[in-house]
Amino acid sequence: MAWFKKEKAPIVPTRDRTVRTEGLWQKCEECKQTLWKKDLEPTFHVCPQCDFHFRVSAGERLERFFDGGRYKEYDRDLVSDDPLQFVDKKAYRQRLRDMQAASGMKDALLAAEGKVGGKTVCVCAMEPSFISGSMGVVVGEKITRAIERCLEKKHPLIIISCSGGARMQEGALSLMQMAKITGALARMDRERLPYISVMTNPTTGGVTASYAMLGDLNIAEPGALIGFAGPRVIEQTIRQKLPPGFQRSEFLLQHGMLDAIVQRKDLKAYCVKALEFFGF
Amino acid sequence: MANDTANQRLEVEHLQRQIQELTRQPPSDDGAKDLEALRRRLDGLRRESSPELTSWHRVQLSRHPRRPHVQDFIELVFSDFSPLHGDRRFADDPAMIGGMARFHGEPCVVLGTQKGRDTEQKLFRNFGMPKPEGYRKALRLMQLAQKFDRPIFIFIDTAGAYPGIGAEERGQAEAIAQNLREMALLTVPVLVTITGEGGSGGALGIGIGDRVYMLEHAYYSVISPEGCAAILWKDQSRVEEAANALKITSSHLRHLGIVDEVIPEPEGGAHNDPGQTAASVDRQLKEGLKALKSLSAEQLVLERSRRFRLLGEASRPSDPTPDSDSRP
Ligand SMILES: [Zn+2]
Repeated sequence: MAWFKKEKAPIVPTRDRTVRTEGLWQKCEECKQTLWKKDLEPTFHVCPQCDFHFRVSAGERLERFFDGGRYKEYDRDLVSDDPLQFVDKKAYRQRLRDMQAASGMKDALLAAEGKVGGKTVCVCAMEPSFISGSMGVVVGEKITRAIERCLEKKHPLIIISCSGGARMQEGALSLMQMAKITGALARMDRERLPYISVMTNPTTGGVTASYAMLGDLNIAEPGALIGFAGPRVIEQTIRQKLPPGFQRSEFLLQHGMLDAIVQRKDLKAYCVKALEFFGF
Repeated sequence: MANDTANQRLEVEHLQRQIQELTRQPPSDDGAKDLEALRRRLDGLRRESSPELTSWHRVQLSRHPRRPHVQDFIELVFSDFSPLHGDRRFADDPAMIGGMARFHGEPCVVLGTQKGRDTEQKLFRNFGMPKPEGYRKALRLMQLAQKFDRPIFIFIDTAGAYPGIGAEERGQAEAIAQNLREMALLTVPVLVTITGEGGSGGALGIGIGDRVYMLEHAYYSVISPEGCAAILWKDQSRVEEAANALKITSSHLRHLGIVDEVIPEPEGGAHNDPGQTAASVDRQLKEGLKALKSLSAEQLVLERSRRFRLLGEASRPSDPTPDSDSRP
């Protein structure tokens, strides 16, 4: 029981997290095996026993994805100005400040440009630990600007999604980011510039129902939860248990919603090959 | 007291007339400023004149059992309606209705979500919650309108897209996403009116318009107040606080630029006089269409994309540092 409690506790400051990751062992969430942390490095946080894909921070993703781990980050200072002055049990402004202090990030997405397999590509990666990777105005603005840079410089775009959907604390403005981003994607589509959408665990709600499903290629990591409505909402609505595997990558592939499921270790090579096909 | 209310109502009407006259003038900087000032006074007055109407009251009004539904607005505002069915892929979704019609004699496409009145209709209409086939049908009708250069009128009254097994299997998210992208490119005027509930992505999935109007007591939100209370307060009974915090009322959304105009409702809500409500909707749509018809197809697409591009651009760094390399 104590273990579960710990997992649900609010995000811990960076100091504590570092200490924790300095531990030698990690338990796999899926097969419950105790794993030697060093064994997870070559697989990039994938369980060697059962193929479970652990969550990865946006920063680690980018470092792993770009050639030599080098990239240029854009709009890193964009910060939410709390447009609704939202307060629930805690003021959103305070929640943001705490998150920012804990993560060293201003919001739930990194926007970057660099070389991938020698090709210049814009890549956006979402940060799952930042208010559930939720999409508010900053995420919307950063992606839209990334698309506008792609349009201007004729670069391909890759978005690595990991998000619980639109951010409640920015209300209907979060919802409008779906329209803002897809409007920009429409232009990219018309200009025939490639966009690869990579879905990781989890990708749900307004993120799935906007840019995540609009790639020229929609690909996903194995076992990722991908859907519009969350499983709990569906269970409450239909008052029955959901079948095992429902809304997982393999389920979506079967139902025609994904082009491919790609192992984390193969992701970069897959994207490079696709970009070559697209003429880049 | 009664006199005060009567005076306020007179002033509201006076302001509305002034605003309407100003919007008919050719656009100018001064005119825009005056217009904004008038609108702000009107919003303030409306809040004052019905202080007892909290956000949560409005949500309840938007769900009132006798509130006019989309089908009612189609019948009251349009003529010659011929419904069209099916998405040509899987099914016809009774939660999404639409078809050919005439607006003041002009051929158009009209569509929207339909809730159903009695139990049998409600079940048939799935309580107004569309499935992927509904969104795909809506897009099909919009592209039909585009092909024959007809304006599109959209009415929204839905708690949201249906969260069910089949809906997920058939790609609810993909269907909504496609609509968002394709609606951005429509070359004909698109006028959206939120008449009741504007439930999140399920509403936005048919909500990309050149103009977005909203009835006074409708709401439009990223999540239902109930859902928000359950998640953020961990307590479903805190709906009133959630409704307030989410800023979901017509005047809030107009202030945020998400809604272009608020269409006034009769005293006590639209259900007290559906005819008068429909007349107000009609006036607003007529005015909106007239303005949009002066734009070329390219201008329409450009202006529509700019309209949504500007939403939530407020977050500027106070002290920007330059974009940085990961390794200097
Ligand atoms: Zn494992």
